Amino acid sequence: MQFSILLVVLLLLSAVGFRMGRGRALQVGGPKARALHSLPSYYGYYVALWCGIPAVFLIAIWLSCEPFILQGIVVGALPADAKSLPSAQLSLLMNEVRQLGSSGDYQHASGAIASTAAEQYRNLRNMSFGAMAVISLAMAILGCVLGVRYIRPDLRARNKVEGVVKIFLIASSTVAIFTTIGIVLSLLFESLRFFRMISPVDFLFGLDWSPQMAMRSDQVGSSGAFGAVPLFAGTLLISLIAMVVAVPIGLLSAIYMAEYAHPNFRSVAKPLLEVLAGIPTVVYGFFAVLTVAPFLRDAGAAVGFSIASESALATGIVMGIMIIPFISSLSDDVITAVPDSLRQGAYGLGATRSETIKQVVIPAALPGIIGGVLLAVSRAIGETMIVVMAAGLSAHLTANPFEAVTTVTVQIVTLLVGDQEFDSPKTLSAFALGLVLFLVTLVLNVVALNVVRKYREKYD
Amino acid sequence: MPIASEAFLQQSGRAMTGTSKVTAKDVNVYYGDKHALKAVSLDIRANEVTALIGPSGCGKSTFLRCLNRMNDLIEGARVTGLITLDGDDIYDYSLDVVQLRARIGMVFQKPNPFPKSIFDNVAYGPRIHGLAQSSADLEEIVVSSLQRAGLYEEVKDRLSEPGTGLSGGQQQRLCIARAIAVSPEVILMDEPCSALDPIATAKVEELIDELRENYTIVIVTHSMQQAARVSQRTAFFHLGELVEFGDTEQIFTNPQQKLTQGYITGRFG
Repeated sequence: MQFSILLVVLLLLSAVGFRMGRGRALQVGGPKARALHSLPSYYGYYVALWCGIPAVFLIAIWLSCEPFILQGIVVGALPADAKSLPSAQLSLLMNEVRQLGSSGDYQHASGAIASTAAEQYRNLRNMSFGAMAVISLAMAILGCVLGVRYIRPDLRARNKVEGVVKIFLIASSTVAIFTTIGIVLSLLFESLRFFRMISPVDFLFGLDWSPQMAMRSDQVGSSGAFGAVPLFAGTLLISLIAMVVAVPIGLLSAIYMAEYAHPNFRSVAKPLLEVLAGIPTVVYGFFAVLTVAPFLRDAGAAVGFSIASESALATGIVMGIMIIPFISSLSDDVITAVPDSLRQGAYGLGATRSETIKQVVIPAALPGIIGGVLLAVSRAIGETMIVVMAAGLSAHLTANPFEAVTTVTVQIVTLLVGDQEFDSPKTLSAFALGLVLFLVTLVLNVVALNVVRKYREKYD
Repeated sequence: MPIASEAFLQQSGRAMTGTSKVTAKDVNVYYGDKHALKAVSLDIRANEVTALIGPSGCGKSTFLRCLNRMNDLIEGARVTGLITLDGDDIYDYSLDVVQLRARIGMVFQKPNPFPKSIFDNVAYGPRIHGLAQSSADLEEIVVSSLQRAGLYEEVKDRLSEPGTGLSGGQQQRLCIARAIAVSPEVILMDEPCSALDPIATAKVEELIDELRENYTIVIVTHSMQQAARVSQRTAFFHLGELVEFGDTEQIFTNPQQKLTQGYITGRFG
């Protein structure tokens, strides 16, 4: 609460700085501010930045250092016998101290040591906050004054303000990059721990997946085999079925929408088709489990096939339906982007509409369509919810779509659901699977985006 | 391949010079509520270049697009009146528009080669109309079309490379070769040089003059010099009406209408 007041005060100070800077600029700028290098408001922003940025920086640094310094002081003041506790217990004690200190309620303290330390912690924290508020406000005011004093007609305020804005833009864009790097590194380190226990060759080429490990040496029946091939095969099988469903339907509907459909029909049908993309995947999961799978099983029984109720076929079909709008919408975009002059050229030679579409429009749009399909494949491979609900759990190595198979994503979910110990190969294998999944989808995405970009260059 | 090209020339029937090839009578075009072309009547003679000139939006391109029914593709466009090709009504129900466009070819303002190889670009028309009996036949047609478009020498070593990789002027001549390959009787050109530099323009103009021997050509142009250089007869359009139509020499030296005079002397437009 106090903290937000501090921020509001800083903001107000910056606003005041803006007014002062602008006023000062108008004052030194001569008649109609003609002598100024930049517009008067840039001088205002200049002062506001001088006012706000150093103070905010100070607060950020202060807040990130505060816990360590406070902890050091509190631990230093602890009685000798508490200080000599093993580090695990000491950190437990410090946790309690911090919690008590924050709530201000010492009644639940585990002992006198904790409550004294907590009180000290609380006092120190209040003091620290007060000091921070005073110093940062002082810096803001100082910045404000300095900024105003710097204002001269030849000060290039616009360039400076825009430079600061650019730094902010760069910082924001690096957040995404660093997050990606962080994710990759966390996957990589856990995977390395896994590969120290299980050889990568066994993992990548082994044909047997049964990740249950023996807890004790005398346990039987839990061998712990980490051959991921059945999972990759299952993923590929389901993705393949999904693409067999999605690519023809999506592409044909895109061709109809882009080339044949009346604008009125198009304006209704296209959003309707895209509603499919907005359905939560859990709902697709219901659809697969409750509608498609029983239907396929009964239909199969009627013609003498035995189809498992958790078949790859049902899962793949529903996943394909989910991907249809993805493909149709992307293909529709690239088909509409094919320049009209090409169509006119074909018509001018006496081509019919279908000849024009088949021989001119689709070849011209093909790179974009392929890019869209590759993006859809990477989506299918990474899809989790539908397969968790509708595909099986046991790892069969089979190409028969009527049987139950399991996928990489399903196994990751089952390995990590519930309480897990993070030093057994069973849990760590999830990270290795995740790493493989990430690499495959990354490659697919990069290839797809490159194909799409190459296509864009040609016509823009 | 001179023998092949001669044989190819004989395939398409040619009308005598001076007889009318295409006749327009009282043609009106409406785009929705807009009356874009008003009661235009015009005779286009065989083996001549007819130039359509006039300020932007005067209806000259609209008229050109009536001649091979490209206006059919525009939503809300309506054409009334009579247009005949060798005496047959081209808007008649019994006439297939695909056949019509094979007889009346078109070259567009912006070069629009298909994203295919140079060979396939030219072969496209013959393929869809089944003009070649064998692949040797097809090659003959492609080569002679490229030769007549004056492009063959420049591209003979790279026929399998994409047509989009050529320069603007080469692309436009490729589009002309593509149109010729179907052996049309009439070629419509919609400002074929407006996207080209002067040298490429000179080449295309030279080509138009050569093509006149075998084809009837209608060309829309913004350049009066171009009209004067390449055409035998000139039609001047203004605000959707045909103001004056006559021999090019007469239009440019002795225009009968004040509007025409104003336009060709550069007083407006």
